[in-house]
Amino acid sequence: MTNQKEDRILLAHGSGGGLSEHLINEIIRPYINNPDMGHDDAAVLSLNGQRLAFTADSYVVSPLFFAGGDIGRLAVCGTVNDLSTAGAIPQYLSLSFIIEEGLPITDFKAILQSIKDSAVEANVHIVTGDTKVVGKGAADGIFINTSGIGIVPQGINPTAQNIKAGDQIILSGTVGDHGITIMSLRNELGFGGTLKSDVAPLNHMVEAALKVCPYMSAMRDPTRGGLTAALNEFSQACGLKIIIDEQSVLVNDAVAGACSMLGFDPLYVANEGKMLFVCPPNRVDDVLQSVKSSKYGTQATVIGEITNEKGVSVSVRTHLRALRRLDVIYGELLPRIC
Amino acid sequence: MDLKAFTNSDSAKIILNSIKAISKKECRLMEFCGGHTMAIFKYGLRQLLPPNITLISGPGCPVCVTSTGDLDMAIALSQRSDVIITSFGDLLRIPSNNGTLLQARSSGADVRTVYSTLAALDIAKQNPHKKVVFIGIGFETTAPTIAAAIKQAADSGVNNFTVLCLCKLTPPVTHAILGSGQINLTGIIAPGHVSAIIGSDAWKFIPDKYRLPTVISGFEETDILYCLELLISQVEKNQAKVESAYTRSVPPQGNKVALDLMGELFESTRADWRGIGILPNSGLKICQKYQDFDTVHVLGLEVSQESKEVPGCICGDIIRGLKTPMECNLFLKGSCTPQNAKGPCMVSSEGTCAAYYQYGTY
Repeated sequence: MTNQKEDRILLAHGSGGGLSEHLINEIIRPYINNPDMGHDDAAVLSLNGQRLAFTADSYVVSPLFFAGGDIGRLAVCGTVNDLSTAGAIPQYLSLSFIIEEGLPITDFKAILQSIKDSAVEANVHIVTGDTKVVGKGAADGIFINTSGIGIVPQGINPTAQNIKAGDQIILSGTVGDHGITIMSLRNELGFGGTLKSDVAPLNHMVEAALKVCPYMSAMRDPTRGGLTAALNEFSQACGLKIIIDEQSVLVNDAVAGACSMLGFDPLYVANEGKMLFVCPPNRVDDVLQSVKSSKYGTQATVIGEITNEKGVSVSVRTHLRALRRLDVIYGELLPRIC
Repeated sequence: MDLKAFTNSDSAKIILNSIKAISKKECRLMEFCGGHTMAIFKYGLRQLLPPNITLISGPGCPVCVTSTGDLDMAIALSQRSDVIITSFGDLLRIPSNNGTLLQARSSGADVRTVYSTLAALDIAKQNPHKKVVFIGIGFETTAPTIAAAIKQAADSGVNNFTVLCLCKLTPPVTHAILGSGQINLTGIIAPGHVSAIIGSDAWKFIPDKYRLPTVISGFEETDILYCLELLISQVEKNQAKVESAYTRSVPPQGNKVALDLMGELFESTRADWRGIGILPNSGLKICQKYQDFDTVHVLGLEVSQESKEVPGCICGDIIRGLKTPMECNLFLKGSCTPQNAKGPCMVSSEGTCAAYYQYGTY
């Protein structure tokens, strides 16, 4: 039997789960590695005493338009949110379009309008970019590549390595909305109804949270691989264990219903408008209050804590107080959701 | 129906306390269905039960029991440039003698994941110049949906759609496991979805022939706990009968429409069960009237040979409930994991090894 990991790239290498981790750490890092290349969503670099956060991303979502947003809003918000996780105030974005021959101009204009609106909302400026057009079949409608730069204020340094035992974990709202919305459209499963992507820029939420807790341990937007992947990344980076309380993680009814029919666990499904905050226990009430007062954080809850107890990296406690492990997925849950 | 009533409710606590109060005897209960295995692990139920109750996982994952020979047939088909393979997602990752369908796809084969047989039929309609093959795995739950798709294809004159029918029947394999005399059980948690099709009466042979209490369960936390309470109550009273803890879905006679449809399109045949071997009359094949939709007939395939496993893999014993993953060296040494699975019970999302791995052994 051939080793699945070494033969060819599989779609699952892009799923945000275990194979993605393998792709980055075992295949890419041996060639491209330097001290500034960290494990967070954005690199923080010092330039003449000014700390800058720098991030890059690509968007290949199919379909291009979905309830709650489109590829344009996703591109701006995803980049803004990655900068925000580093504690940065997002400033400038680049956008590059790889467009497939035949894309209707009206679709392109709708995407551009959405980019404009999202950039205004996030208060970022798109300052450079590029366009390439490829032949029919060489792309799927449009792919967008972005990069972003933000300024990290003095004294702010949230990174997973800072996480300490006793830290509390706050999640800004429901899980699974984006992934299940895309999946339902992709497979024409007809769940439609109230399913809606949560895609949103979270920089204002993060800025407010950092005001009440400048020494936030870490932040992460749980995108591909869902809440589970983000928590496992935290645990791996800080070497501590995480226990979350199942009942405190909120799931919209439509998402829970669709997950139950499709056999998915919402804790593994992607989000595009949620933020995880890890903060010291004495600041948890202030951070929760601040997140709950922000536009996209009204349903925020404290979902768990960091411990130095023995056990598996991440576990979830059920309402009957049984524990189960939350491990990263290795398969292909659903490709091209962002 | 609001399923919330069956999860996170106070009734789960009440039932659990009742189980603890009534259970005195040693109980070894087998859950037949992979859906139950995953649910039991997901809700952490094993940790909550008194120590005299042992839950044993059975053969009930259709992906796990698909033989390597059958998978090889599917992979061989995927190499044909005129064929589009459609399949449920889990099957794509199962290792066979010739790799996986996922690897075939990354090498250029046209392999597509679908969530229903009707979606596969749609792909056939959209690709009239290709031969679209649906890999039809599943138990009695899936078989009627496959039958319905074939019928729809026949009615609408689609002539490029066939099914590689690998459907399997659950009562014959239950017979095989209970009749082998290799396993000591005190009760059976009978499958919920399968029973919704075949009816609770289909399990009467278990108490009649093997004197084992049998209770059909749903898949929510409260469903399973209630099923366990009924089973344990039978055990304590020395009773053996079929009961249903899933009455919202399971009528005694099953689903007549589905059973009639299966009767019209399929006939029983021998089937190769991975880990168990060939069992007579335990599979379904497409009957002569609909043979134009039978991949084996249309594309002239060789029917598969019996499965071979990777050395050291004990999935066969695990599927029959004789061993647990904790007795498998490949599992304990970490050389069989979801990202590099050696056996089917690790790959399938409803496999026993995957459940032990994913949810941990607390």
